[in-house]
Amino acid sequence: MTKISVTVNGTAQTHEVEPRQLLVYYLREKLGLTGTHIGCDTSSCGACTVHMDGMAVKSCSILAVQADGCEITTIEGLAKGDQLHPVQEGFKECHGLQCGFCTPGMIMSATDLLQNNPDPTEEDIRHALEGNICRCTGYHNIVRSIQWAAEKMKTSARALDGAPVSTSPVYASVNLNQQQQV
Amino acid sequence: MKPFTYTRADDITSAVSEVSQQEGAKVIAGGTNLLDLMKIDVMQPRHLIDITRLALNTIEETAQGGLLLGALVTNADTAYHEQVEQRYPLLSHAILAGATAQLRNKATDGGNLLQRTRCYYFYDTHTACNKREPGTGCSAIHGYNRIHAILGHSEHCIATHPSDMAVALAALEARIHVTGPRGERTIPIADFHRLPGDTPEKDTNLADDEIITSIELPSKGFAQHYTYLKNRDRASYAFALVSVAAGLDMEGDTIQEARIALGGVAHKPWRNPEAEALLIGKRASRENFQPVADAYVQKAKGFEHNSFKIELACRSIVRALMQAAKIDQ
Ligand SMILES: Cc1cc2nc3c(=O)[nH]c(=O)nc-3n(C[C@H](O)[C@H](O)[C@H](O)COP(=O)(O)OP(=O)(O)OC[C@H]3O[C@@H](n4cnc5c(N)ncnc54)[C@H](O)[C@@H]3O)c2cc1C
Ligand code: SF4
Ligand code: FES
Ligand code: FES
Repeated sequence: MTKISVTVNGTAQTHEVEPRQLLVYYLREKLGLTGTHIGCDTSSCGACTVHMDGMAVKSCSILAVQADGCEITTIEGLAKGDQLHPVQEGFKECHGLQCGFCTPGMIMSATDLLQNNPDPTEEDIRHALEGNICRCTGYHNIVRSIQWAAEKMKTSARALDGAPVSTSPVYASVNLNQQQQV
Repeated sequence: MKPFTYTRADDITSAVSEVSQQEGAKVIAGGTNLLDLMKIDVMQPRHLIDITRLALNTIEETAQGGLLLGALVTNADTAYHEQVEQRYPLLSHAILAGATAQLRNKATDGGNLLQRTRCYYFYDTHTACNKREPGTGCSAIHGYNRIHAILGHSEHCIATHPSDMAVALAALEARIHVTGPRGERTIPIADFHRLPGDTPEKDTNLADDEIITSIELPSKGFAQHYTYLKNRDRASYAFALVSVAAGLDMEGDTIQEARIALGGVAHKPWRNPEAEALLIGKRASRENFQPVADAYVQKAKGFEHNSFKIELACRSIVRALMQAAKIDQ
């Protein structure tokens, strides 16, 4: 057994783990954070996506021992109390999910994209989601959900900057059809 | 996964001495290939040495005007590095054509070169495979061999090397710096990966007790005229059936130098310097590109399910050169 210390969703954790334990099993079974899903176990589907030191990674292809000293964020760590993260809200508003199995991974990939590229084109979004497989939605509404979130996050950033914000909800004015012509 | 012991290396010397002294030891970097193979018992190291905390994670300029990519720089950090994007866009494009964002965030440049073949039988421990278990035979030669090699294969193995990055590095003539118990050495990329011959279990000329420390890019980056063309079964998230990394050095429309490396066709990135030389002093045109493409596949030999790759490679080379030269017709 090897001792590891990780910060998960802001809480420090210390445990003894077997070297062969994958990070995803550590999160789900040791910490009970079952929002991170296992869809394939072969680094393919993206259901297990979490952030490690701020970057989206597949937690089924990382040993828990390798995460020692790192900061992990899972889907459970995105909302602030009752307030959903804009990407979570986007999925709700734009019907970005059906069965919901892929959704935590989709959202973790999308939040990584938006922190590096706040104004992504549709093509940027599709490229960023290459490693997340969804059997239900056909992806279109997932892309829309992320466009919705990007728009909302830009608006809140402008509001924080003190710049004038339109009184009508900006997301209602997002012209999705136009954005799709990329 | 079979149990194993684990240590984290603090410096290169101790990593090297552990790899050379511990039986069944392997280094682990991003783990995106090694762990998948361990999950299904294709690889069964008894001891893992985690090298991810070694100070090999920077990109630096060399005195010769090139760049030195530390072995542990992630594929994502390499592809989006300003100098790489500007001076070696061929490399950025090749990396971004492979795997997915989450994998590139974790995968390292050294690990990328050492990823193993995607031959289906190599992954299936119930079948014979000379690469996985030397002497058992090759299930692919008379099996389903759609993704397999058309060049440089042997009767013992017809697998291909799956890396996109390595194909760009072959075109750029990168040099691989390695270190081991016998000291440091540099291996040109052309000599890094091997042809299968009668020892297909060996993918590369890196010794078992050596580790890659960095990858050196020479100053010439072909940033004006380049293409990475990846042909695959679907437009995203698939390994190459045939890929072409092309770089041209042009003066007006006359070619001074041409580099062409193929992926997905052999056990290593495939170059043919004699065929490339046919273009020196020639005008960039479809007529002049065609004989080069023909020369590349002249000795190609396909199998039951992959002979389409010969024509595909030929056409892909012409297309890639047209794109690199920025000509439409
Ligand atoms: C679903 C999926 C899709 C993919 N698609 C593509 C694709 O389209 N194109 C493509 O090119 N790749 C693709 N990949 C492969 C990916 O690029 C590799 O898995 C990755 O680059 C390996 O790097 P790593 O650091 O994770 O290596 P590891 O998994 O850590 O190591 C791989 C091997 O290299 C050895 N090693 C690692 N670093 C060193 C070092 N410095 N010195 C000596 N030995 C070392 C290890 O011992 C191991 O044997 C895909 C992978 C997955 C899982
Ligand atoms: S082609 Fe190579 S890797 Fe595939 S089954 Fe034959 S020996 Fe094994
Ligand atoms: S469970 Fe990790 S990628 Fe599918
Ligand atoms: S919503 Fe069902 S897998 Fe994506």
